[in-house]
Amino acid sequence: MQTVKMVVTGPFNSGKTAFICSVSEIDVVSTERKISTEAERVKETTTVAMDFGRITVDDDLVLYLFGTPGQKRFDFMWEILSEGMLGFIVMVDSARPETFREARGILQTFRAYAPTPYVVAANKQDHEDAWEVDDLRIALKLASNVKMLPCVATDKESVKKVLLELLYSILEEMKETG
Amino acid sequence: MALKGNLRDVTITQLLNLINLARKTGTLTVEGPKEVAWVSFNGGKLIYAQLGNEDGTLIGILTKAGKMTPKQAQVIRTHAGDKRDKELGLLLINAGYLTQQDILIGIRKYVLDIVYQLFTWIDGFFRFDADVLPPEDSITIRLNLENIIMEGSRHVQEWEYLQEEIPNLNMALNFVERPDANIRDVQLTVEEWRVVSYINPKNTIHQIAKANKMNDLEIRRIVYGLLQAGLIDIVRPEGMSLPMQARRLPPVDKKKQTSLVNRLIERIRSM
Ligand SMILES: Nc1nc2c(ncn2[C@@H]2O[C@H](COP(=O)(O)OP(=O)(O)OP(=O)(O)O)[C@@H](O)[C@H]2O)c(=O)[nH]1
Ligand SMILES: [Mg+2]
Repeated sequence: MQTVKMVVTGPFNSGKTAFICSVSEIDVVSTERKISTEAERVKETTTVAMDFGRITVDDDLVLYLFGTPGQKRFDFMWEILSEGMLGFIVMVDSARPETFREARGILQTFRAYAPTPYVVAANKQDHEDAWEVDDLRIALKLASNVKMLPCVATDKESVKKVLLELLYSILEEMKETG
Repeated sequence: MALKGNLRDVTITQLLNLINLARKTGTLTVEGPKEVAWVSFNGGKLIYAQLGNEDGTLIGILTKAGKMTPKQAQVIRTHAGDKRDKELGLLLINAGYLTQQDILIGIRKYVLDIVYQLFTWIDGFFRFDADVLPPEDSITIRLNLENIIMEGSRHVQEWEYLQEEIPNLNMALNFVERPDANIRDVQLTVEEWRVVSYINPKNTIHQIAKANKMNDLEIRRIVYGLLQAGLIDIVRPEGMSLPMQARRLPPVDKKKQTSLVNRLIERIRSM
């Protein structure tokens, strides 16, 4: 049995847990905790440890989806970059410009260090205050070779599209380096 | 779809950068602490601005610019009746009172003063309304945003802000490949040109600073301006080694890997 992993990361409240829930075949093992600080009281709970979802491909292949906790930075993240890591999804809440700075910080780190392909999901595109993908791309200073996709994390089809685009990028990269 | 937020989160520099790169047409409304400003763009060029209840009519602008006295303005106003700016401008030119150049320089200064003032606002709601343009009869200009962004960035003093925007001085810089981004069209200072001459994916920002004897604040400010003007990109320097852990890639058997990814693709498609 082989397992491969993908990591879903992004600022607080960007929709990481929702993204994994939409496609995981098991209940997402996530450690939600009531939010204590007033500042982040935009919702009731936040993920305090990793989210964890699963997609079984066939008898000998399983894909695991990990979601990073929202309030912590992922300084620890390269530690989980172990064997079998396929790629990353960076979630951004398109409707909350107050989180763009943090998203830019995460993306800058990725630009410097990401060892595998990644895509950026412009999430909550169904929200009336959502910025358009093209505007967000510029606001986040995305490198031209990084894919940014519109996303509604609560919609399975939308999540599938993001996952597929990431897989296509991975394939392309294999061709280039191979 | 919205393009709105607060200046605390998206600065004027970033907004102008967005409007420039996306070649936007429309009007940006900014509600500052004391006043409201409206700035209009066409195809990513600055064309018009208006601040609070300042007199932004042609006569108001020319008076402010010292091209006419308040008394003359009063006389012209009485005679002009309900003539709008464009018509009035023509009248003044034909009467030999002013040249077209005088008028355009006056408006240009008026508009730029407003925009540069916006760079000092650090708080306030903004909203961009696509395709909303100033009234038909206003006199508009057409200014490239690159120069304005560079000039605005020269005055950024907040060290922490610059550090946040450009956290890693071990990254390198490269010119962007947009065909319309021509650095020769931008008015740069001597220091900025010196930095520009070192830009290339082999040199880290840190090395460029060292070569030019600039401190971290100076180099960050210049890089920030060039970035926001859409002229350069931050790139991973050639030959930069990845941290140990990050380098650990999946097993290297290419065929197996490709087949694995294809199986994943099949599975997700069928979900
Ligand atoms: N309208 C809309 N709401 C969404 C979408 N994705 C997530 N949400 C909502 O946004 C809120 C945050 O989603 P989560 O999935 O908890 O976000 P998270 O990134 O896991 O949050 P943390 O773990 O706290 O960082 C929840 O109320 C979700 O229901 C979306 O695409 N559209
Ligand atoms: Mg979560």
